[in-house]
Amino acid sequence: MLKDRYDVVVIGAGPAGSVAARFAAENGASVLVLERDREPGIPVRCAEGVSHKGIAPFIEIDERWIASTIEVARLHSPDGNEAHMLNNGTGYVLERRVFDAELCSLACKFGADLITKADAIDLIWENNRIVGVKYKYLNEIKTVKCNIVIGADGVESRVGRWAGIDTKVKLEDIDTCVQYTLAGMKIDKGSCDFYFGEKVSPGGYLWIFPKSDTTANVGIGLSGHLAHKKGPKEYLDEFVERNFPKAKIIYTVYGGVPTADTLKEIVRDNIMLVGDAARQVNPITGGGIVQGMIAGSIAGKVAAEAIKKQNYSQKFLKKYRKEWNKRIGKNQSLMFAIKNKFFGMKDEKFNSIVAFCKKLPPEKLTLKELFTEAIKDDPKLVLGIAKAFIKSKFKKI
Amino acid sequence: MKINHDLCDICGTCVAVCPTDAIIVSEFKVTIDNEKCTKCMNCLKVCPIKAIEDEQC
Ligand SMILES: Cc1cc2nc3c(=O)[nH]c(=O)nc-3n(C[C@H](O)[C@H](O)[C@H](O)COP(=O)(O)OP(=O)(O)OC[C@H]3O[C@@H](n4cnc5c(N)ncnc54)[C@H](O)[C@@H]3O)c2cc1C
Ligand code: SF4
Ligand code: SF4
Repeated sequence: MLKDRYDVVVIGAGPAGSVAARFAAENGASVLVLERDREPGIPVRCAEGVSHKGIAPFIEIDERWIASTIEVARLHSPDGNEAHMLNNGTGYVLERRVFDAELCSLACKFGADLITKADAIDLIWENNRIVGVKYKYLNEIKTVKCNIVIGADGVESRVGRWAGIDTKVKLEDIDTCVQYTLAGMKIDKGSCDFYFGEKVSPGGYLWIFPKSDTTANVGIGLSGHLAHKKGPKEYLDEFVERNFPKAKIIYTVYGGVPTADTLKEIVRDNIMLVGDAARQVNPITGGGIVQGMIAGSIAGKVAAEAIKKQNYSQKFLKKYRKEWNKRIGKNQSLMFAIKNKFFGMKDEKFNSIVAFCKKLPPEKLTLKELFTEAIKDDPKLVLGIAKAFIKSKFKKI
Repeated sequence: MKINHDLCDICGTCVAVCPTDAIIVSEFKVTIDNEKCTKCMNCLKVCPIKAIEDEQC
């Protein structure tokens, strides 16, 4: 039975929201999840790549939502050279429609309630405090009261704005993306490919993530400020025509990835933001699944603690921010600083980096090596990378 | 600003770059509140499928 009052209302049942709901419920809070779409996980707007280390703490690995297991990353330079990277740990290409639904079921298993086709349209305020959420369910406007709202409403987030938080992303800090799932290819199921260069994908990269020996997610993300004249679809169509002229498109994705730093504000009294809504995405890779899950787990736990202590103030909820900064946030800031340099590189620089990386044996080539080579003329950034790797935190992502 | 609903895929990318919260997303439709819009053109520039037009053009 649904109630008209919960301790915590989570808006959005993506990975960040479902994990937040699960951790809040597991730690004793009553939780309601509102999801706009008819089913969590649909439509999929993602290339579906994750690392084993990233997801393993949150869910038992199940082949029902794993399309392929990745051991090798191949980096392609504009001049056609190729370097292989082996030892970033095993990765997966997911079936996100199954994976997202599974994460949401886990939250429900721990006691969270869920309403699908429930479109949050505003926050409810009393005496300048957030006390609930207004949502549209089918054709009716409904309300639910709560002490804490968790905004997990993705890149299109409006929850933060309703709370007065500035969530706007700059044009240069969003990637505009198009992806095709192609069938009828002949590919290596164990490798993913990354293509760089001004002609292929300005300010971003193009990827091939295999889902089987014959199908793959082939997509592109262009930096928002460079995509106006020639958009991502035109670049992707050219690439596909050149490389896979016989393949058939079986699914098309449009979407945006915030490649920014975490928002300055992710908590206020009675509210927290997690995942894409808080811009908690790796600004270089564009990966946000694991980051969202980590943020969700911290926020969910802190929310449950706040409920126990009956303290929903910004000051108390800032525990979430602190823990986030410690675990991922600081590295995200560093990656953000490196990003502009990395994607601002000219083709010749990409060529020379891939040529350099090619000389290293695949098991020795790591992201650290790659980024250090890319920014070696900037000692401050190099030092930052070295420090981050000493703590060896971004290996988890 | 006007959204071409035949093209729009409801991906929400435009919402993230709008400075004035003028873009509203629902399950089936994205709409622009022209009273809030300042015509900064951000949404038009990031839309992956170019579904947004400036009506005066
Ligand atoms: C083309 C593309 C490729 C990508 N590839 C990768 C990749 O390979 N690896 C990776 O890690 N990341 C990837 N990402 C990023 C990744 O998809 C996101 O970072 C991730 O989905 C964020 O999770 P989330 O839970 O924060 O938000 P989402 O997964 O976007 O979930 C948000 C949910 O909130 C719901 N919602 C929104 N507004 C409301 C409302 N008002 N009321 C109710 N519900 C609402 C939405 O319907 C949605 O279900 C990619 C993104 C794109 C666009
Ligand atoms: S033009 Fe600018 S203000 Fe108007 S809807 Fe687009 S992003 Fe928002
Ligand atoms: S960015 Fe374009 S396709 Fe995506 S929701 Fe906005 S108008 Fe629609």
